[in-house]
Amino acid sequence: MGAGWLAAPMERHGRAAATSASSAWEPVPGGPDGRRREPLRRRANSASAPAVGASASASASPSAEGVRRDRPGSYSGATSASRQRVESLRKKRPLFPWFGLDIGGTLVKLVYFEPKDITAEEEEEEVESLKSIRKYLTSNVAYGSTGIRDVHLELKDLTLCGRKVAQLRLTLRNPWTAARQAPPSFRILLIGDLQLCKLDELDCLIKGILYIDSVGFNGRSQCYYFENPADSEKCQKLPFDLKNPYPLLLVNIGSGVSILAVYSKDNYKRVTGTSLGGGTFFGLCCLLTGCTTFEEALEMASRGDSTKVDKLVRDIYGGDYERFGLPGWAVASSFGNMMSKEKREAVSKEDLARATLITITNNIGSIARMCALNENINQVVFVGNFLRINTIAMRLLAYALDYWSKGQLKALFSEHEGYFGAVGALLELLKIP
Amino acid sequence: MGSSVSGSSSSLGETCQNDALVDVGLEDGGSLTKLAYYSTVQHKVAKVRSFDYSGKDTEQDHEPPYEISVQEEVTARLHFVKFENTYIEACLDFIKDHLVNTETKVIQATGGGAYKFKDLIEEKLQLKVDKEDVMTCLIKGCNFVLKNIPHEAFVYQKDSDPEFRFQTNHPNIFPYLLVNIGSGVSIVKWIGGSSIGGGTFWGLGALLTKTKKFDELLQLASRGQHTNVDMLVQDIYGGAHETLGLSGNLIASSFGKSATADQEFSKEDMAKSLLHMISNDIGQLACLYARLHCLDRVYFGGFFIRGHPVTMRTITYSINFFSKGEVQALFLRHEGYLGAIGAFLKGAEQDNPNQYSWGENYAGSSGLMSSSPELCPTQRARSGTFDLLEMDRLERPLVNLPLLLDPSSYVPDTVDLTDDALARKYWLTCFEEALDGVVKRAVASQPGSVDAAERAEKFRQKYWNKLQTLRHQPFAYGTLTVRSLLDTREHCLNEFNFPDPYSKVKQKDNGVALKCFQRVVSALDALDWEERQLALVKGLLAGNVFDWGAKAVSDVLESDPQFGFEEAKKKLQERPWLVDSYSKWLQRLKGPPHKCALIFADNSGVDVILGVFPFVRELLSRGTEVILACNSGPALNDVTYSESLIVAERIAAMDPVIHSALREERLLLVQTGSSSPCLDLSRLDKGLAVLVRERGADLVVIEGMGRAVHTNYHAALCCESLKLAVIKNSWLAERLGGQLFSVIFKYEVPAE
Repeated sequence: MGAGWLAAPMERHGRAAATSASSAWEPVPGGPDGRRREPLRRRANSASAPAVGASASASASPSAEGVRRDRPGSYSGATSASRQRVESLRKKRPLFPWFGLDIGGTLVKLVYFEPKDITAEEEEEEVESLKSIRKYLTSNVAYGSTGIRDVHLELKDLTLCGRKVAQLRLTLRNPWTAARQAPPSFRILLIGDLQLCKLDELDCLIKGILYIDSVGFNGRSQCYYFENPADSEKCQKLPFDLKNPYPLLLVNIGSGVSILAVYSKDNYKRVTGTSLGGGTFFGLCCLLTGCTTFEEALEMASRGDSTKVDKLVRDIYGGDYERFGLPGWAVASSFGNMMSKEKREAVSKEDLARATLITITNNIGSIARMCALNENINQVVFVGNFLRINTIAMRLLAYALDYWSKGQLKALFSEHEGYFGAVGALLELLKIP
Repeated sequence: MGSSVSGSSSSLGETCQNDALVDVGLEDGGSLTKLAYYSTVQHKVAKVRSFDYSGKDTEQDHEPPYEISVQEEVTARLHFVKFENTYIEACLDFIKDHLVNTETKVIQATGGGAYKFKDLIEEKLQLKVDKEDVMTCLIKGCNFVLKNIPHEAFVYQKDSDPEFRFQTNHPNIFPYLLVNIGSGVSIVKWIGGSSIGGGTFWGLGALLTKTKKFDELLQLASRGQHTNVDMLVQDIYGGAHETLGLSGNLIASSFGKSATADQEFSKEDMAKSLLHMISNDIGQLACLYARLHCLDRVYFGGFFIRGHPVTMRTITYSINFFSKGEVQALFLRHEGYLGAIGAFLKGAEQDNPNQYSWGENYAGSSGLMSSSPELCPTQRARSGTFDLLEMDRLERPLVNLPLLLDPSSYVPDTVDLTDDALARKYWLTCFEEALDGVVKRAVASQPGSVDAAERAEKFRQKYWNKLQTLRHQPFAYGTLTVRSLLDTREHCLNEFNFPDPYSKVKQKDNGVALKCFQRVVSALDALDWEERQLALVKGLLAGNVFDWGAKAVSDVLESDPQFGFEEAKKKLQERPWLVDSYSKWLQRLKGPPHKCALIFADNSGVDVILGVFPFVRELLSRGTEVILACNSGPALNDVTYSESLIVAERIAAMDPVIHSALREERLLLVQTGSSSPCLDLSRLDKGLAVLVRERGADLVVIEGMGRAVHTNYHAALCCESLKLAVIKNSWLAERLGGQLFSVIFKYEVPAE
């Protein structure tokens, strides 16, 4: 949630505004307490105007396994700065600009509602500092060195609270450096008189997904799957109609991974999570290859050959391990070849990047598959920014799920993979059910 | 390495292998070759034989009651040896040398190395390599050790004392999950797997830290701080995690911090982060599989685990975390051998090794953790390349005593010395101090042998070393108990061809006692019923004072051979005894007779002849049938089954009650299947168990310190039981709140 860089008002009201969360992260032996706790839920009673709905995310702020969660109420914190906005919200609509913010372990995701029909009166009402931010956001496609606006993901002609919306993405590196990297005006947004309203990230995530799926993607389907994922020539990305969404296994791959079983809009539970996620891929790639950006890591991976790094079944058994139906191409030991000095010297950085990608992806696939079996769910939706421009991982997930489940499980993906938390936060802000 | 092997085999005398198997585990990352072979071991056993008395005067004074001869006996033994792969050629030479003169045409091999070294093996040995399926072998091996080796499985608890908690063997070992963490991870009864395993730790670790050796990586990891590399919950949520109800120390993203820019990370920190990442991942998947298959026991093996406290700790932690304590992580003492054992069993299927019971030979086996880097670096240097396990094939299958109240919770041993540091210290010292006497006794038992002194000295060295190992690693052979200390001593004595150091002593004692039998019986018969019952019990107890296993007694016996039966009675504590339920027993005797009594006898001489037989005689007179169970093999001065046969025969010649009972099979002599001074009621000869069932035994009498105090003191039976012993050890007596020669008379009736 990056409370560390949140501004003073946050600290004042942070306690009251805290949302539910509990742990289900990777345990650390010897840590003070690795056990899961029951979710804490606190509500703020002060009715006041949030400017930004923010969901904390880094794969998980998981609730106890098996504890089904009902939807939490909306949370809000007071700001002394903008009485107008309070007024405005009381009229059921916050003042512009409308943001949804999802602050993860690695990236900050922001969705911004850009009204096409903004009135002069409304412009007048805008807080001065925010006005400049809006202009900054809408007039650029890149922000600082790492911020990107996903123009292709903009949803056009969408109506929210009777207003048309466009959306953009701002990606920033680690949140604690975000304030430094952001432009001055954006920094003002974060540390100025604006109030962040902290929301439950899993609620936001689910809400965002269901909403975005319902509105589609500018006339196209939001959800898709891969046909023949293993065959680079025949592989096809095809739309999937998520008309029967429940039950659904939702695998959110951010820095870490959260896995949720969703039974209805208001009924879901966090099944488990793993610390081996996008952050692990990127972190290991940085260490192994010296790369500096996620895009660079992926680009390297696309040129590498993981079979030089991994030990395959056929490397050990000379072919398929027929007795247990293990194909020769399956990885027997990730990075297993790297036990040998000669082979360590023979691999390229690209090979290592590829192997890291394959290892992390396969592992997520395995855990997701086991969870699906345990929960008796057969459609699995993978979301999260790990999948951003990451066709290799998506196709691998699609193939692995299909292969190991003998066709019983289907891997689904979504166009707005990493934005659901931010969208959900915006919806919460606007009290859109 | 070579020397260790020859050392071990020469001490066995002639060995000839008639089957062999190699588990060449190169691909297993551990770079270990595990060799299993079956050998027939010839060793000397003391046999007793009754003289032909026909036409002779049996009352001659100097004549021993029977003759003793030492004979060669052939028994089967399974050997398991681990080599580092660097020694593969030497290993193959070893096999070749030992395969001469055998009919072997095929050699079973398993492990990835079986593929890699197939040609080398076939060329060297001129044998066909039969590749066995690794996972099938692992399962077979696992079943075998769980079934045959007591205290095979343990749970690991860091920071508790003891760190190792051994599990008593559950009579039903199924179902369980076996997770083999080699290069990758196999979850067998092959239901799944994962490519993230030991190889990933090693390979990725080598890339990240430039450290080449697995052990060194683990050492790096044990010094590192993963929080420098991993992104924790508190890193994302800042200080807010506390109000959010999160534990901020949980890992949100492994290596998540290493994605930040150009910072340098220490090798230790990266290794630690990697270790957590992999252990957690394996633990999580294992829990998911366990849940899917409704299992609550998961055994872990593979080189990633192999005696490394660091990985056992992280895996245990992870399993507890992900299963919320519902699944138990278990480790195996001999997991490194599972593949070799399994492949061997597969190769030897025509011999059906599963129809036999096997016993771990403590003398010929290296202990757990002998290759642990942390615990004993010097020892590691010595044994790291070489490790042994020997299993003796027992003559007959061993089973539970059908009268155990709950076989799954039965624990033979009264005190767990791994748990009780004070007791451990005392007993180890006690056994050290007694060692001189044992050596002396061993030499004296073979006056005709030229090399007896030399062998006895080797025995001393070997047992001394075992005791020292146990001082530092009490858990080396499973739970350390007085029983395991005694058994280890017996195994070591056998190893150096001292099969029965007490044979002559027993012969003499039996001769002396037999001469007194009639006098004792007449004296008892002269008493009235109530007096007689007490006298019989006192006789049982007095006889039990004659025990060479107890230091206090062996000192007296050694210095004062005239120490007699009557003297012994005087030594006994007056009633009320330390534990005294005699009145209850007497009351019971006034009631209807028992249908059948099972009596476990203890010592030779006065104990069995003047203590047990008069008691047996009384029971028989009451109309109770008696099964008298004696050890199959020698242990200290305990009466063996074959000695008991002769003794019974001699008594029958003097006593009509015993005579007719033997003839009518109301008195039955059986063997226990054991060669231990203690008693494990879960490993008894099948014949005994069958008989107990057939005759409907409703009383069990267990006599002596070894059987009724060191073991079975708390054993719960589903019929009446009598446990009696004289505490011939002042330390133990004090501990129990009494004095030397305090009496335990524990008569128990199971709750309705």
